[in-house]
Amino acid sequence: MTAPPRAGQLGLIGCPVCSLVSRAPSFEHAGCPRCGSPLRRRKPASLSRTWALLIAAFIVYIPANILPIMRTASLGDVDDNTILSGVLELWDKDSQALAIIVFSASIVVPMLKFLALLVLLTCVHRRSHWAQLQRAKLYRMIELIGHWSMLDVFVVALLTALVRFNLLSSVEPLPGVIFFGLTVVLTMFASLSFDPRLTWDDEEPHA
Amino acid sequence: MASSSRLLICDDCDTVYRMPELGRGEVARCARCGSVLGRHFRFGLDALTALVLAALILFVQGNIWPVVTLGLNGQQNSTTLWGMILIMWHDHSQVVSVITAVTLFFFPLFNLLSLGWLLVFGRRGQLAPGFRPLMVLLHHIGRWTMSEVFVLGALVAMVKAKSYFEVLPDAGIYAYAALTLFITLFAGIDLRRLWDLMPSRGA
Repeated sequence: MTAPPRAGQLGLIGCPVCSLVSRAPSFEHAGCPRCGSPLRRRKPASLSRTWALLIAAFIVYIPANILPIMRTASLGDVDDNTILSGVLELWDKDSQALAIIVFSASIVVPMLKFLALLVLLTCVHRRSHWAQLQRAKLYRMIELIGHWSMLDVFVVALLTALVRFNLLSSVEPLPGVIFFGLTVVLTMFASLSFDPRLTWDDEEPHA
Repeated sequence: MASSSRLLICDDCDTVYRMPELGRGEVARCARCGSVLGRHFRFGLDALTALVLAALILFVQGNIWPVVTLGLNGQQNSTTLWGMILIMWHDHSQVVSVITAVTLFFFPLFNLLSLGWLLVFGRRGQLAPGFRPLMVLLHHIGRWTMSEVFVLGALVAMVKAKSYFEVLPDAGIYAYAALTLFITLFAGIDLRRLWDLMPSRGA
């Protein structure tokens, strides 16, 4: 089976913003004739940017999980919650379905993003042809589900705003939630700076 | 370029295609990487304008009405989306406050307003002033709107609060839930097709 041609082989370039197809410019810093966005064959410094953002995300991910994300105080009784203890609490209160959703959004999705980007980056570095189609699907999946991790951040914000009964009962946010929010933002930037086209760049010229 | 099919390059793997016009319900997928190249564009400019307008009304309602009320020993406490943003700011979580304000208020609002603006002109066969920069901005901020995540978050917060407080969902959360349906509809539309559908600037 002959694979359909790629843009580089035909001397074409696609605009990432408006999807207009143009002839590949011979000079640098060319802009798309339709929307003016920079035309580049690949996202600039994709690998090093993705690595940098991924490592930064992982660094803030550690305090995000260790530090408590919110404090509930009722009548002098103080209770600090981490991401994980929040999930366990839901599970114990017979909201197993919701516990699974929160567990997926707050723990599985970030972990999956770290692992997926690690695999994608490593394979590109090694010019691997292994599981190209699956890697392409993996990338699309983390792009699709990445922002759902913000769930716990909104839960803490809403509870803080709602539970304000003076001494009787109150909720306040703790630094863990800030680190967690930053983790989500950084992983989103990381997957955004990865260029999925790199997965296919070392295809042998088809026989 | 004059032919009926237009050239398209897959975003995910750079494969070049001639795109045929897709029929109802048809989806074109890339033969190399499997990503979606395009779907049938089922809404005309009129229908799209109506959708944006409806979503805008729901968004305003979701933002001015309280989202949830909690009750404890006869005391009641409710909040709106902005109440939540402001409280996070004053409770030493400015980072969270900014993330929330941007992903739940400023970006979604900008999204709906600018789409509405482009469409109102587009329906009259005119190119809206600022079409190009607005379309570019819309493309970049699309991924950073999270209203649907907020709806799920509100649900989780209500379940968590249920064991200690009386939980009364307010009109705001219903507006948000309805808004989520519209967001799901929009997710199936490739707004980049507007570049092709809009009248050209006569260049």
